[in-house]
Amino acid sequence: MNIKLYFAIAGMLISSAAMAKQITVINYGGEVAQAMRPSFVKPFEKDTNISVITGSYAGGQAKVKAMVEAHHVTWNAVEIEADDLDRGCSRGLYEHIDWSTITHKSQLEPSAVTPCGVGIFKWATVLAYDTDSVKGKPHGWKDFWNVKKYPGKRGLRKTARGTLEFALLADGVPESKVYSVLATHAGVARAFRKLDQLRPHIIWWQAGAQPQQLLESGSVAMSSAFVGRIIAAEKAGQPLGITWNGAIGAYDYWAIPAGAPNKKLTERFIDYTVGVEPQLKFISRLPTGPANRATLTKMTKSQLALIPNAPDHAGGILETSAKFWLQHGAYLDQRFAAWLSQ
Amino acid sequence: MNTTGGVRQVNARKLASSARRMKRSRVILLVTPLMVFMLAFFVLPVINLMSKSFWDPVVANNFPLTAYALRGWTGTNLPNADAYSALAKELVQSAKRGTLWRVGTHLDYELPGFRSLIVSTERFLSKNSSPQRHLNSMTPALAQHAMITFDQRWARLPYWQVLSRKMSPMTLTYLLRVVDMKELPNGAITSVSGNQAVFARILLRTFKISAVVTLITLILGYPLAYWLCTLPPRRRALPMMAILMPFWTSVMVRIASWMVVLPRKGLVNQALIAAHAISTPLNMLYDRAGVYVAMVNVLLPFMVLPLYSVMRDISRAYQMAAESLGSHPFGAFWRVYFPLTIAGVKAGSTLVFTLALGYFIIPALIGGAHDEMISNYIAYYTNTQLNWGFASALSVSLIASAACIFVVSDQVGRLWSWFRNKLYA
Repeated sequence: MNIKLYFAIAGMLISSAAMAKQITVINYGGEVAQAMRPSFVKPFEKDTNISVITGSYAGGQAKVKAMVEAHHVTWNAVEIEADDLDRGCSRGLYEHIDWSTITHKSQLEPSAVTPCGVGIFKWATVLAYDTDSVKGKPHGWKDFWNVKKYPGKRGLRKTARGTLEFALLADGVPESKVYSVLATHAGVARAFRKLDQLRPHIIWWQAGAQPQQLLESGSVAMSSAFVGRIIAAEKAGQPLGITWNGAIGAYDYWAIPAGAPNKKLTERFIDYTVGVEPQLKFISRLPTGPANRATLTKMTKSQLALIPNAPDHAGGILETSAKFWLQHGAYLDQRFAAWLSQ
Repeated sequence: MNTTGGVRQVNARKLASSARRMKRSRVILLVTPLMVFMLAFFVLPVINLMSKSFWDPVVANNFPLTAYALRGWTGTNLPNADAYSALAKELVQSAKRGTLWRVGTHLDYELPGFRSLIVSTERFLSKNSSPQRHLNSMTPALAQHAMITFDQRWARLPYWQVLSRKMSPMTLTYLLRVVDMKELPNGAITSVSGNQAVFARILLRTFKISAVVTLITLILGYPLAYWLCTLPPRRRALPMMAILMPFWTSVMVRIASWMVVLPRKGLVNQALIAAHAISTPLNMLYDRAGVYVAMVNVLLPFMVLPLYSVMRDISRAYQMAAESLGSHPFGAFWRVYFPLTIAGVKAGSTLVFTLALGYFIIPALIGGAHDEMISNYIAYYTNTQLNWGFASALSVSLIASAACIFVVSDQVGRLWSWFRNKLYA
């Protein structure tokens, strides 16, 4: 009897310990997943004995919302873009991060520290072009808008974020003034007027893999694109060029869905991923900017040439303003949707 | 004899009716699992989601004291100080519960800027309520004064009117926005300005695309089904296979193939240029033309199969009889054969039209910004904007307008056949 009881208790302890020592981490899949596995997941499992189950999603927030509202959250950490993070955080979809548990906080770039999200890496949206059909080197968004000098269609991501900034840059607004101009009614009208000029030439893309396909199939001559994809396609032999001038940099973050179990373990995992070593490993596999500033000093010159927060690129790169979009996003999204449908 | 016969008759009737009852209860028993399944996994969730289009209790649930203080408020003057102090307390409580942003988001739908107002006000209030000057001990007049001096907007009617309106969970905001209208804070309903009007146009576009696709599939499918019926039965197998084949291919695969075939450097354009039919490539991908081509490709079997099943049972003797009585072949077709196939045309068109209304992947992948249908926006508001109230309102509008169209077309069909009968009588 007693022995049975011991076994039962021991069994329960073991199973609960086993359950506690496991977290589920969801990323955007593709190249990101391939880079995360050997640089974040495997070494963390080895160091801590916590098993990490990885999965991927396409970025839709409906599933997270449904899980949170049903009080049945099976995801511990989710990779998420800044605008989804802002919206999700403001709707109570994500936990507030306990920043005292993130030991690398002091080394992180300022934009990587937000109430609900810990920045993982910074990716850039750049101007990419097909070197076969574009003669010469376009210098920025002014040239992107110049369909006389550089004939052909243009690819842009179908979001207000980024697109409106590019329009203002093309209209001659300097990088440092973009968000203060866009905060006024006149500035918004100015951005849409500029978009009106390009409208007949725009093909909109949504998934990150599309721009390189659009460029390859000859559907567009230039496109905004995530730089990592373009670098990969360039390496594979596709005739592509990149203009860093006027690129927009933004972070991908870790966020914890509201009510997710094992928050402490998850934060431990998150803290691990923003350490210098894992960040270096990750960046050597996927050319993106590190969230941890201390990583920059350990990177090689050729690595630095490919990332948005390299000192050489810093001048012409616009950092997306999460604060601006949190305040004006709802209105601008609606205005953009209306403009698209006209 | 008579009596026993009567008894036997009564017994037989009883037996028959009890057998019927047995049969009915067995049928009910057999159907029950399906009914329960449908109810639990289809009907109830749909009703639940639909109710979100007019039921939005977030603000009311978080501000019960404010709701109490605002009851009976006429909305013509500023509310009394009690409302201010109730709101001040509940802003702080709501922030502690972590629901303030959510409440703010729902208020922002009504009046842009409301969220930043309540979030900044809450921050001010909780910073200034030290233990000595605790909010609960603050007099209502003091709370009112503090809020108005912090932000002048608290002395303006529209913010209070919106707040008071949101104290009722019933809301018209979402459904009105679908038809590009809005309720002003004072309760008047107006249409939104031109640069924000979207959805009526998109709804119209959805119906237009579906109608065109239905028409094209009918024009292509009718002769195909007719030709199929003229073949001897054993030679029908191959064309039938060709029609059914798309059913066995994933929609995604077919869309991907169109994305290879249609681009400016794609097969179609290369072939046309090689044949000197055109000099500059045509825009088909990311354009309406591509959407029509791909949708017709996917939906054609849904038109052909109902038509075929109706045509198969029509004897060719009718047309021959009409022709032997002196009718022109076209007259024999139009006045004798075609009316017999109306049931198939109706079934096929209804099927194709309803399926087309909900199309989502093809407009998203093959169309451009001008080809997006209402489902693309439903997905956008569900998945990206997380505004399920509005997503639900959009789907309600789609279902309601589709139902209207079917009722109207049914009536028109009846009128037409009545008119036709009069004409030929």
